[in-house]
Amino acid sequence: MLAFILRRLGQSIVVMLVVAVVSFLMFRYVGDPIISMVGQEASIADQEALRDRLGLNDPFYVQFFRFITNALQGQFGISYRLQQPVTELILSRLPATIELALVSATMALAVGLVLGVFTALRPRSWSTGAIMSASLVGVSLPTFLIGIGLIYIFAVELKWLPSFGRGEVVNLGWWRTGFLTESGLRSIILPAITLSLFQMTLIMRLVRAEMLEVLRQDYIKFARARGLSKRAINFGHALKNTLVPVITITGLQLGSVIAFAIVTETVFQWPGVGSLFVNSVAVVDVPVMAAYLMFVAFIFVAINLIVDVLYYIVDPRLRVAGGR
Amino acid sequence: MTEPLLSVRDLKVVFHLRRGDFTAVNGISFDIMPGEVLGVVGESGAGKSMTGTAIMGLVDPPGEVSASEIRLMGERIDGLDEEGFRKIRGKRIGMVMQDPLTSLNPLYTVGEQLVETIQRHLPLNNAQARERAIKLLAEAGIPSPEERIDAYPHQFSGGMRQRVVISLALAAEPDLVIADEPTSALDVSVQAQIIKVLKDLCASRGVGVMLITHDMGVIAEAADRMIVMNKGEIVETGTVGDIIKRPREPYTIKLIEAIPSIKSQNPRYAAAAARGEVVAANDDTAPLVSVENLFCEFDLSPSVFSRLFGGNRKIVKAVNDVSFTIGRGSTYGLVGESGSGKSTCARMMVGLQPPTAGSVKLEGTDIWKDKGASAKRRRSIQMIFQDPYASLNPRWRVGEIIAEPIRALGLTSSRAEINDRVADLLDKVRLDPGVMNKYPHEFSGGQRQRVAIARALSSQPEIIICDEPTSALDVSVQAQVLELMTALQEEFGLTYLLISHNLAVVRQMADAVGVLHNGVLVESGPVEEIFGNPQADYTKMLLEAVPDISKVA
Repeated sequence: MLAFILRRLGQSIVVMLVVAVVSFLMFRYVGDPIISMVGQEASIADQEALRDRLGLNDPFYVQFFRFITNALQGQFGISYRLQQPVTELILSRLPATIELALVSATMALAVGLVLGVFTALRPRSWSTGAIMSASLVGVSLPTFLIGIGLIYIFAVELKWLPSFGRGEVVNLGWWRTGFLTESGLRSIILPAITLSLFQMTLIMRLVRAEMLEVLRQDYIKFARARGLSKRAINFGHALKNTLVPVITITGLQLGSVIAFAIVTETVFQWPGVGSLFVNSVAVVDVPVMAAYLMFVAFIFVAINLIVDVLYYIVDPRLRVAGGR
Repeated sequence: MTEPLLSVRDLKVVFHLRRGDFTAVNGISFDIMPGEVLGVVGESGAGKSMTGTAIMGLVDPPGEVSASEIRLMGERIDGLDEEGFRKIRGKRIGMVMQDPLTSLNPLYTVGEQLVETIQRHLPLNNAQARERAIKLLAEAGIPSPEERIDAYPHQFSGGMRQRVVISLALAAEPDLVIADEPTSALDVSVQAQIIKVLKDLCASRGVGVMLITHDMGVIAEAADRMIVMNKGEIVETGTVGDIIKRPREPYTIKLIEAIPSIKSQNPRYAAAAARGEVVAANDDTAPLVSVENLFCEFDLSPSVFSRLFGGNRKIVKAVNDVSFTIGRGSTYGLVGESGSGKSTCARMMVGLQPPTAGSVKLEGTDIWKDKGASAKRRRSIQMIFQDPYASLNPRWRVGEIIAEPIRALGLTSSRAEINDRVADLLDKVRLDPGVMNKYPHEFSGGQRQRVAIARALSSQPEIIICDEPTSALDVSVQAQVLELMTALQEEFGLTYLLISHNLAVVRQMADAVGVLHNGVLVESGPVEEIFGNPQADYTKMLLEAVPDISKVA
C-alpha cells in the first residue's frame, strides 16, 4: 500500500514538473514582461537594467530553477493588473470556487447515482425513457445557455433567487464562506445547478451503463440463486461493482468542475478563481495565468491520487501486490 | 413408492423474440427422488441449463415458462411470484454454476458472501453464522477455513472457488442442488475432486442433485439416473449404466459414439498392430521440429529495484528444460493441467514468445537465432486457437480472413489467384466456397473452427500448432473437426503439435505425447506406451482422474 502510494506520488511529481516547464515558458516567452512592467517612456538602458535586476538575462536553467523554488514557496509574482501577489489573489478567490464545486459535485453525484440505478433497474419503464431523454438535453445544451435560462426563470421572472454574486459572506480566518448566511445559500443554488447539470447527466448515464453490465454477470445470477433479497443484490452486490469506473470519472469531473467553472462563474459573476482567470486573460496578466495553470494541474494530480487510493479500498483485487 | 423430491411435468420455456417465438424447452417431464443424482446431458442449445434456470424461477424476459407443473416435495412452485421464489432459492434449492471465476462477487470476502446467505435463510446471529460458514468451508475441503474465510475470491484457485460455491449452495441445507456444468471450467485432476466433494456432501445430507453437463464422463462418474436432451426435448431416460451401455435412441447412440474414450487405443497404432508392424516414430528420418532444452522464465519481482539489483526476486519458470522432437507427418500431443506451460511452449514455437534459453529448430534452422529464419517460420508454422469465436476478426469477411496469410507472405498477388486458393481451401475444410463473403458470426462454432483451419492451411505450412482446438466445441462437432484434421494430415502430409487437456482426444490423435507438469516435461514417448504403461506418478494421477464413460459399472 505504502509503496503504491509512493510510486503514485513520484509520478505526480513528474507531471507537476512538466506543467511547471510549460507554465514557466509561458511566463518567460509570452510577450515581454519588461514591456508590460515599464511605461512607454522608459529608455532601452532602463529596460536592460530592469531585465538584469530581475534575472531575465540569466541562462534558461537558472531562471527555471528560480521559478520552481519560488513556486514551491507559493510565490508566483505580482499580478500586472491588480498589483497584488498572485498567490494571495488566488487564495482569496479559492473559497468561492471550492464551495461552488463541492455543492454542485454533491448534487451531481447524489442525483446521478440515484437516477442511474433507477433507470438501470427499470430498463423498460416509461419513466426511464423520460429521464434518459431529459438527460440528453442536459448533455447537449451549453452551460451558459442553461445559466442564462435559469437566471431568466428564477431571478428575473419569479424573483425567487438572486441572479449574481455570492451574497453576504462570513470570514472564518482567511476562508470566506457563503454557507452561513441566508443570502449566501440562496446565491449558490442557481450556479451550482448550472455547473452540476452536465456532470449529473454524465454520472447518471455512466452508472446506468455499468449497472446494466454488472446485472448481467454470473455472480448476480448466483446471488439471486442464493435467494438474497432484491435490496442486497442491487445495492450491495451490483452497486459496489459499478463504483470502480464511476469513481474514476467522478474524480476527473470534480477536477474539471473546480478548474473549469469559468463559464458558470462568468455568467453568474461568481467571485471565484474562474472569473479571475477570465479577467486576467483579457489583459494578458501572465503571472496569474501561469499560476492558474499550476493550480489546475495540482488539483488534477491530487484528485487522481485520491481516486487511485479509493480504487484500492473498493477493489480487493488490486491489493494483491501489497500482500495480505 | 416414495414421493419424488422434485417433479417436473410438461415444462416449456419459450423465448418471445422479434423473429418469432423460440422454444428452448419443449414439454419435458422428469422426477428426482430424495438423495438421487440425476444427470442431464446434451449438446449446447439442448435446453439443459434452461431447465435448471426454469426450476429456480430465474428465467428472464423475453423468456417465459409456460404450461408447466413443477412440484417440490409435492408443493407447486411454478408460477410463484418473485418473493415466493426468493424463499425457495438458496433455502430449498441450491445452485452451483459453471464458472467459479465469475460466480462469486469479487469485491466481498467469501465469508461475507457466506454469512449473508446463511443469515438470509437461517435465524442466526453474526458469530453463529460465521461459525457455520467455517464449518461449511471445512466440509467442502478447504484447508484452514478459519483463515481463508476472510480471503477474497481472487485469492483462491479455480477448484477452491468451486468448493466455496458448493458451500454457498449448501449453506441453508437445501433439499435439492442444481449443479450446472460444475466442473467444465476446471482441470481434470481438480474436476475429479469437485465431483467427489459434491457427491459426498449431497449423499451425507440426503440432498437430491440435478447434475447438468455436456460431459458424459462426469455423468458416468457421479449420477444414478440420467436424461438425454436434444433440442428442448427429452430423448431418453434411464439409469446411467443402461443408457451408456445400451442406448436405444439414434441420437444417444450418435452422442456416445462421438465421445473419444481414454480407454480406446490410438486407431493408427491399432491398425498397424493388426498388420503386424511395429510403429516406429520415424526413426529413420531427421525430425521436422526439434525443441532443445527450452526455458521460459517470467520475472514477477515486485519492483524495478529488485529486478535490477537482485534480492527479493521472484522468477517463474513457465517452461523448464523441455526437449522433444516431432517427426514429419506425425502428431505430437502435449498434455498437462492449466498453468503447466503447454501454451507457453506453443507460443515459443510459433514465434510469439522469445525463449529465455534453448532452441526451437525447424528442419535444422533455429527459428529464433538464425538469419532469415523468421520468414521461413511465418510460412511454415501456423496456429489454430482454442476459441473460434475470439480468434476470427468479426469485422472481416471469411474470404479476407483466409486470404490474409497469403497476402501477408506475398505468396501471390493476383486477386483471381487468391480467390481461387481461398475457394480451394474452403472446399478442403468441407465448407461451401460460396461462404467466402459471409462474416464469422454467421457460422456455428464448428464451422468457425474449420475457417480457422483453412486460414492456417493457406500459407501451405509444414506444421500446425493446435492449442486446444476442440475444447470449446460440442462432442459431436469435436469428432467432426478431429476427423477433418486427420484427413488433412493424410492429404498434405501435415505435422501437428496438439495441445489439449483432454487426454482422450490426445490418445486418439497423437503418435507421440509429452506430459508437462509445472513447466517440466515429466514424460515423453509413443502415445500407447505413455497411456498404456505410464511411468511418472503425475501421468498416472492424470489418467486416473479422467472421468470416463467406460468406468460405468
